[in-house]
Formats: sequence, structure tokens, C-alpha cells
Amino acid sequence: MRWIKECWQRIRSLGRASTLESGLDEEIRFHIDQQTEKNLRAGMSLNEARRQALIKFGGLEPVKESTRDEFRPALLEDWLRDLRYGARSLRRAARFTVVASLTLALGIGGSTAVFCVVNGVLFKPLPYPESEALVGCEVTISATQFFTYRDENRTFEAFGLWSRGTASVTRLAEPEQVQTLRVTYGTLQALGVQPLIGRWFSQKDDTAGSPESVMLTHRYWQQRFGGDSSVIGRTVTVDSRPRTVIGVMPAGFRFLNETADLILPFQFDRRGLVLGSFNYFALGRLKPGVTLTHANADVARMLPIWLDAWPSPPGFDAPTFERSRILPTLRPLKKDVVGDVSNVLWLLMGTIGIVLLIACANVANLLLVRAEGRQQELAVRTALGAGRRRIARESLFENLLLGLLGGVLGLGLTFAALRLLVTLGPESLPRLSEITIDPVVLSFALVVSLVSGVLVGLIPVVKHAGSNTAQALHGGGRTSSESRERHRARNTLVVVQVALALVLLVGSGLMIRTFLALRSVQPGFANPDQVQLVRITIPKTLVGDLERVFRVQSDIRDRMAAIPGVAMASFTSAAPMEPFVNANVLFTENQTRVEENVPVVRRFKFVSPGFFQTVGTPLVAGRDFTWTDLFQRRPVVLISEKMAREMWWDPGAALGKRIRENPAGPWREIVGVVADVLDDGVHAPAPMMVYWPALMETFEGDPIRVRRSMTFAIRSSRTGSEGLLKDIQHAVWAVNPSLPVGQVQTLRAIYEKSLAPTSFILVMLAIAAAMALLLGLVGIYGVIAYTVTQRIREIGIRVALGAQPVELERMFIRQGMVLAVIGVGCGLAAAVGATGLMSSLLFGISPLDPMTYLVVSLVLIMAAAIASYVPAHRATTVHPVEALRTE
Amino acid sequence: MAKERGDLLQGTLDMLVLKALQLEPMHGWGITERIEQWSESVLQLGQGTLYPALYRLERQALIRSEWRVTENNRRARYYSLTPEGRRHLSDELVQWRRMSRAVNLVLEATLNRGGAS
Repeated sequence: MRWIKECWQRIRSLGRASTLESGLDEEIRFHIDQQTEKNLRAGMSLNEARRQALIKFGGLEPVKESTRDEFRPALLEDWLRDLRYGARSLRRAARFTVVASLTLALGIGGSTAVFCVVNGVLFKPLPYPESEALVGCEVTISATQFFTYRDENRTFEAFGLWSRGTASVTRLAEPEQVQTLRVTYGTLQALGVQPLIGRWFSQKDDTAGSPESVMLTHRYWQQRFGGDSSVIGRTVTVDSRPRTVIGVMPAGFRFLNETADLILPFQFDRRGLVLGSFNYFALGRLKPGVTLTHANADVARMLPIWLDAWPSPPGFDAPTFERSRILPTLRPLKKDVVGDVSNVLWLLMGTIGIVLLIACANVANLLLVRAEGRQQELAVRTALGAGRRRIARESLFENLLLGLLGGVLGLGLTFAALRLLVTLGPESLPRLSEITIDPVVLSFALVVSLVSGVLVGLIPVVKHAGSNTAQALHGGGRTSSESRERHRARNTLVVVQVALALVLLVGSGLMIRTFLALRSVQPGFANPDQVQLVRITIPKTLVGDLERVFRVQSDIRDRMAAIPGVAMASFTSAAPMEPFVNANVLFTENQTRVEENVPVVRRFKFVSPGFFQTVGTPLVAGRDFTWTDLFQRRPVVLISEKMAREMWWDPGAALGKRIRENPAGPWREIVGVVADVLDDGVHAPAPMMVYWPALMETFEGDPIRVRRSMTFAIRSSRTGSEGLLKDIQHAVWAVNPSLPVGQVQTLRAIYEKSLAPTSFILVMLAIAAAMALLLGLVGIYGVIAYTVTQRIREIGIRVALGAQPVELERMFIRQGMVLAVIGVGCGLAAAVGATGLMSSLLFGISPLDPMTYLVVSLVLIMAAAIASYVPAHRATTVHPVEALRTE
Repeated sequence: MAKERGDLLQGTLDMLVLKALQLEPMHGWGITERIEQWSESVLQLGQGTLYPALYRLERQALIRSEWRVTENNRRARYYSLTPEGRRHLSDELVQWRRMSRAVNLVLEATLNRGGAS
């Protein structure tokens, strides 16, 4: 009850403030008069009586102020007033406000942008219902494992396989190559995103022999069917086979990181399946309440069941698989989606955090200078009765306002940065579409703004908290010189800035060295910008016979080679660094499998003659395949140099040795050794490769082995031009008009893609380091410029007395240099610790690379020298008379 | 002078003001005089501290004020207790007696023990 009354009193008094105010004045006057009279009666003189009365009363204004506190509706009105006061004083110092808020905006905007990415990629749950129950598998698994797990598990609500691929779609428009996603029954069910129209694949759709069906992604549905909902039940010809459209996924649906057009069911035939062929990705949804540990235990339990239930492929036995320790480990599906980008993102977050700190240090420095100038103003206000709390509150509000202003500008910057990021669409960043400015990001920006506001405001407040009013009133005159302590605060800030900037510069220096090192690595191919790649798939329904398929492929190759301006053409199952990877066990003659615990697994590729010449991979020993080799199906094979060296020490020694992929298959003779290709990207070691002919007899149990999907490589000076692509398209159509040309790219593009993560980090670090350097230099410049203006009279006197301007200049530059050197020293120590964190991102260089440290330090010190020279030089060229006249 | 002035416990000033007003309405200076007089000049208020207390008490509706004319024909603000203020004062007094008795007991007890040993 009472507080309501009190509130009412306070609110009423809001209107009566002026009455109360004059009443208070009169009351106090009366009080003093009464006391004076009493003192007079006690025999004092009039003056003395009044003086004693005033002393007894205490300070008039403080009493009034604290009395006002009682009748004012405190907080709210006070705060509004202090806020207004803060805003006014920011407006008054427009130039300071602009510089300070822009500096803060840089730091706040930058960190908000990076946080936005971290939030979108790492924090947000996957865009599927109850996504925390979703698990992925660290390794790819086989179809037989899928059947065992689906039938025998106790922990999964749904479990499915998936893989990516391409297919040709004909009879819709021009034949086109589309991205496909193959899934089993259970895959979409696990993700739990309902189709927009139609239905998911049922178990029946996924059974071999059922009518063939297809689902469309929203994008493809819009592009090819204009979003027509009568599409359900219509037929689409995929790889020359009619499939019925049964459903369309909604617009927001994205299958992990894949961009697919069509979703197809696997339709595995259980009868033909054996152990092995670990070719598929897996995902599942755990039953409610089941933990990852439970699920992994369940998988381990099912392993023996799996080994018992399925036959081994010819030449293998179950113990081989048991020995290979093919125990799949489940992990949260988010890990599959996000991959190992989290390291990079945290590095960036730390980096941008440092930039924010430097920005804050800069603004704090400006505020210190400003506080110095306002010492007298504050002292006068204190003397006039302003409470210390109130002054502190005002300055706090002022700084919070500044922080918020910086935050608002910073958000603009964030927005622009994100637009740019999405436009660039870096390959290495998953979940790009989920990076948005949402309430979490806005709260982050708000908190960062307020914290930076308080942070920058704190330093001057702490520095000046103990200051003595009388001293400030007294000492503000023109004769006073800088107090040593104030100086120290500013110098410390500058040293910190320089040190932090150095850490970032070292970081980006190391990244530049890494990038150069990667660039200089010989990738195993030459002039990739002249190599055009296209992928062509020949479906079974179009050309049934495998040998015919090979003939079609070589016909296409011939026509491509005949295009004007084309030097060479050939084809392969996967171009260098292309992600169509096939690895399997390999046996070497005179080395029995019994001797080895685990069969060696090697990467396989299938190539036509001339492929290595087309991409520029040198032949180290022996010879390339010839067309005769292939057409006559000679048992020949090529291997990579690394593999030759590992097995036979010398590439030459490998020639004539024999290998095979299957204990029951024929031996094939090594006729040539080619240079290593960095197939896993420039930052990874070259894998050991086996190159099989594109046409073979009796391979992996097949009587004839030909790959239906091949990447054609064309070396031409016209690579990348519209005209060449048209010519290629015509060359293909001349052989068969139903064949689409897909995945058109240059070898250069693939190469660049493998550098993309490194260049992404490099660009980001470089931007951060540039910002840091700039802010650090502004810091040094500011301190020297301020010192110079403070001492301009001293300079004037010295010059008037005959001091050499050059010497004075040197004095100031020395001051700047001392700060820079101390900063560099601290920064070097910090960098040694900090760069250790990024060692996993470096290539061919130690995180302690002395060259980088040296160059960066020198650059920073030189830049600091220039930053101090400018204000120093300006001061010493001032005419002494003018200098003495200032103030 | 500062040393002689008994430092007032937090909240005690409010109670003293209410007590001073128990008999009759008074103006601010009168209140300081009365407290000084009653306390045999031990409690010399920093007179200024009185006014925040008065405004506070009025806001809490424990006292009310009105402008009157003094014997010397000057306008002054007279404060008087409200019924609620009276109640509050008697509550406070009970509380205070209990407290001071308790404090005395403690102090005496210490003395007795000191004497015994």
C-alpha cells in the first residue's frame, strides 16, 4: 500500500517540482536566519553569526540536491535527464562522436558479422524437427549393413543411406545433366521434413522391381514445372527410364549440404548383395531418450549379425572384414553438415574480437583526452553540488549512447558484410543460407555495444575517480603540464593496441606464407586453365552393351579432339581432385594376402589413353596406355610414383610387376608409372593411385568393366569460352542426340576450389589485420599528436631559444617508437602463444616462422615511425610566436 | 566539532524527527533546536541533513506540512505528525527499546565478566 502512495506522491511532485523548489529555498533561508538570530543573541557580530549559521547548516547546494532526490520521482526522471545530457554532450562534440562511433562500428560490426556466421553455422540446430536426435556416420557403410541395421536395431526410429550423383533428364526440354540424391526408405523419414505435395518414398518404392518413382526438389519443380501442383503422377525420363513423380519437397528443405534436383530411391536388390562396398553415407534418427553411446553399443552388437547374415564377395571371407575393424561410429548429424569448419570460425571470432579490443582501446584513448579537457568543467559542477554518482552516471550514459550508436552503425556494416559473403558464397562455408541476422545476433550486437560502451567509459572514469576537485579547479590553467599518470594510461593503451595488431599481422603473415607455399606446390598437372572438363553419363537404357558404351565414349573423344583449337582430348572416371573417389583392396604378385593383416586399400581411377598428357601429368617411367591396349583388352595398368616407390623403391623397378584387384581375377602388368597427383587437394599428401584402363575384361567380378559416367578432359586455348562449349555440345550430339553435357568446369576451377578454404581464411585474416594495423597507427598518431599540442608552448619556447626543429622532431618520434617497440615486444610474446592455435591451418610453414615475425615487426615499427613523424613534423614547423600565443 | 557530534545510526534521524514532532507542529530549525536541547547538545545535527529526512518522511505520509506565520511574523513551514506517523513512532520506540536494552545487556555482560577475572 505504502509504495503506491509513495509513487503517487512522487508523480504528483513531478508537476509541483517548481513549487517545492521555491518552498525549499524559502525554508532553508528561514532556517539560516533563525540560526543567525540565535548566534546574534549569543553575542556574535552579524557577519560572524551568519557565517557560523552557514557552516552549521553544511553546504547549501548539496543539501538542496539531496533533498530534491527525495521529492523527485527519482530514477526515471534522473535517467532521462542524464541521457539527454549525454546525448547533448555527444552532439556538442560532433567530431569526436563521429570518429569514436565509426571506430566502434568497425569493431562491433565486424564481430557481429562473424558471430552471425558462427551462429548460423555452429549454434543453430539443423533445420529439421527435433534435430538433436539425428545422427550421421563417420565412415561410409555398405548396403548390407543398412539392411542389417534397419532390421535388427533397437535404437533407431529411422535409418537410411544416401549418396550423391548425376543423371540425365530427357524429353522435358533439351537433355540435361542434373544433380541427384539417392536415398533408401528411412532417409527422408529420419530427417522428418514432410513433402510440400505428394508423399515420401515408401518401403515399396524402395524395393527392387517396384515401379520407379522420383521426388523433386522445390527448385527443380519451379524451374521445370513452374510450380505446377498437378506434377504428381506425371512421368520424368531419368537416365532414359520413365519415373513417376510422387512428391515435391518444400522450398526451405535442404538435404544436409547437398544441392540436388531429383531424389531417387536406391532399390537395392537384396539377393545380389555381399559384404563390402562401403560406398554410402548413412544417417538415422534415434528413438526418444536414446543416447549416442547406446546407439553405438547397438551398432557394435549388430556387427557379428551382419557378418553372419551376408555372403562374402568372391575371394574374401568374413574374418577379413572382421580384421579390417569396420566398426562404424555414429556422431551427431550436425558434425556431418558442419564438418571441420568450426576451427576456422573460432579463429575468425578470436581475430575479430582482437579488432574490437583495439577499436575500444582507441576510443578509450580519445575519451581520456576528452576527459582531460573536461576536468575543469566537472570540477566546477562538483563544486556547484553535482553528486559524484550523478557525474559518473552521466558519463556512463554518454558512453552507453556512444556504444549503441557504434552498434547501430555496426549493424549496417554487418548487413553489408553478410550480403557480400552470400554473394561470394565461399565453397568452404556450409549452411550459408542459414546465416541470417536473427534475434540472437541482434542481442549479441546489443550486448557487445553496451559492453564496449562501458569498457571504453570505464578507463577514464577509473583514472579520474580519485581526482581532487580543488586541484582540478586550480591546476587547469595554461601553466600546468601533463600529469605523469594520465600519460601512462594512454601509453599503455597504445602499447596494447600495437601488441594486438602485431598478433593479427603475424597471423595473416603466416597465412600469406601458407598460401604461397600451397601455390608453389606441384599439383601433378600443368596449365589447368587450359583444360576444359565436362562429365557425360551414358545410361543403360540408351546404350545397353558396355563395349558399345566404350565405343560411344571414344567416338565422343575423337570428335572433341577434332574441334578447332583443341590440342588433346581424353576421358577418365575422375579428373584430379574431382570428388568421384573409388578405393578398394589391391593385391600384388608374390605377396600373399595371408602375410598381411589388413589388405592394402588403394585409390582406383579408370583412364583412356592420352589422359595424362591432356592434363599435363608427366610419365615417370614406362609408357602410357595405347588405344590398342584397350580395344584388345590387354591386362595392363599404370600406377603413381609414390606407390611405385613404396612397393619397389624405384619407379623403374615397378615396370613389369603385376597386380590385381581381386584374388580370383587375372594379374595385370604395370606398364608405366606417372607422377603423383594431389588428388585430395594441395594441402594433403598425394594418395597412392592405380590407373586402370577405361575398358577391361574380368574386373571386380564383372566380365567387362566400363564406367558409364566419365569426365572428358579437353586441352585447348579456347577453354572456358562459350564457343568451345557449344562445339563440345555439338560433338556429343553428333554421336548421340540424347546425351547431356554436365558439370562443365575448368581444371583450374577445381584447383582453385581446393585452395578456397585457405584463401577464405587468408582474406578474412588480412581484412582483420588491416583494420588492426590502421587502428593501431591511428592510436599512435593520436597520442603523439596530443602530446605535441600539449607541449606546443614548450616547443615554441625551445625553438625561440634556438633548438633545432629536427631535434625536436626526433624527440617526438622517439616517443612513438618507444611505444611501438614495447608494443611489438609484448605482441611477439602473445603471437608465439596465439599462432600455435592456428598450426592446423598452416601448410609448409612453422607457426614460429622467424621470417614472418621479423618482417611484420619491422613493418609495424616503420609504420609507427611514420605515424609519429607526421604530427611531430607539423608541430616543429609552427612559428614560435604562434605557438606561444596558443591558448 | 565533528568528533563531538554523535554519529547517528541509519534511520535513527527519522525517529528523532518524529519524536520531536510528537508534542506540537514545528518548523525545521525548531526541530534541530529541540533535538539538540533534549540530547543535552550531544546530538548536533548537520542541520542540512534534516531536510532530506523531512521530505522523505512527508513522502512516506508519516508527517504533513503547512505554511504558517511565526510569532515574528515570518512565513515558515510547520511539520506535524499524521496518525500514521504516530503509529510508526510508537512502533519504532518499542523496537528501539528492545534494541537498546539488548545492546546494554551485552555491554554489561562483558563488564561483569571482565570484573570477575
